[in-house]
Amino acid sequence: MVTRGFTGRPQRTEGAVPPGQYVTSDFPVLTAGGTQQLPTRAWELVVTDGTTERTYAWASLHDLGVVDLTTDIHCVTHWSKLGTTWQGVPVAAVLEDAGMADEPYALATSYGGYTTNVLVEDLVDHDAIVAVGYEGGPIPAEHGGPVRLLVPHLYLWKSAKWLRGIRVMPEDELGFWENAGYHHRGDPFLEQRYYGD
Amino acid sequence: MRPVHGWRPATIVGTARETASANSIRLAVADWAGHVAGQHIDVRLTADDGYQATRSFSLSSAPGEAPQITVERLDDGEVSPYLVDIATDGDALEVRGPVGGYFVWQPGDDAPLLLVAGGSGIAPMRAIWRAARPHGTPVRLVYSARTADRVIFADELRSPDGPETTVHLTRERAAGFEYGRLRADQLSALLSSGGVREPRLLVYVCGPTAFVEDAARELTDAGLDADLLRTERFGVGGPK
Repeated sequence: MVTRGFTGRPQRTEGAVPPGQYVTSDFPVLTAGGTQQLPTRAWELVVTDGTTERTYAWASLHDLGVVDLTTDIHCVTHWSKLGTTWQGVPVAAVLEDAGMADEPYALATSYGGYTTNVLVEDLVDHDAIVAVGYEGGPIPAEHGGPVRLLVPHLYLWKSAKWLRGIRVMPEDELGFWENAGYHHRGDPFLEQRYYGD
Repeated sequence: MRPVHGWRPATIVGTARETASANSIRLAVADWAGHVAGQHIDVRLTADDGYQATRSFSLSSAPGEAPQITVERLDDGEVSPYLVDIATDGDALEVRGPVGGYFVWQPGDDAPLLLVAGGSGIAPMRAIWRAARPHGTPVRLVYSARTADRVIFADELRSPDGPETTVHLTRERAAGFEYGRLRADQLSALLSSGGVREPRLLVYVCGPTAFVEDAARELTDAGLDADLLRTERFGVGGPK
């Protein structure tokens, strides 16, 4: 079906991004509710499998080893931002250090009450990090600082801002947007935007 | 939960010029089963050579009315210039949706509503006030626009059928309008009615990122329970 009169931009971006996405150099903010203002010294991450629980603060998280990550990010609202750089601790290193049981599902929780479910496989077999830096500086509060999850191969709503907890578990438990009609996994290259895609 | 319908053909069946830079587009969508106030649709346009572009737009019509979107032109945009300046009756495009279960209003909750809109963030608010009116739900709207000629749905807002409305203009002074950006004390005052704090007030905020960030922070600073606040941000042009 052709839309009469629509030509698109001269500079087209197809091929560079997942289907249905366009490239922006801006970094739009999408949050359910307001921005959390959280001082670094008050931030804590609780990692649990229901039996064992481990709490990390800014310093003890850094002790696990910070890596640099350059990656594209994709929001379900159709924008993609290419070549962003982040600093953080691989989620795999956190789960291993915390001695988590080998479970298939995880639920990430945020200060402010946001939740999102992620397969443990998507956290440990890909470039997922507990991010502590963006473009060489701190992560701005509106983008989830001081610490957010970053799961760059999935739509960005999986990358919980103001990360407060990671719970691994034997059964899947849907998070905030997943309960509001969005896809349970959210792979942008498979265009898994909405429930049923 | 119901799976979101796949891409469906749609035809433009009406356009209405809202302002010099905003247009409402009414659509006929095959097998449209209705929507909930506040939901959005994805719109896909296809050029002659097969190139496609997709964007999300809030529905500005109430449930039970034909699906309609209201779009403001972004000068460097790819999709909005077509929808605002070129789209006309009979044009074909595709839509997915309706989508969304968070920034929505459904009958059943009779809590009064406060709608806080910036720019074309007024679009989903129109769906909400039109949906709420038959149920007798009190609705107040505070709307920030740059200039008087950028006020979308101006006639409806002036009519007795519109919500109780205050419009703030940020770039010009004009009779009948407040001047300047919405201040924290003004937002705080809207949480009360007749000097009494309304404990169940449900607040919806939609607009450009910076507008929503400021309003949401000022409302929660004024004591609004975060569970009673729903926000929707749009537009590129947020912090880089």
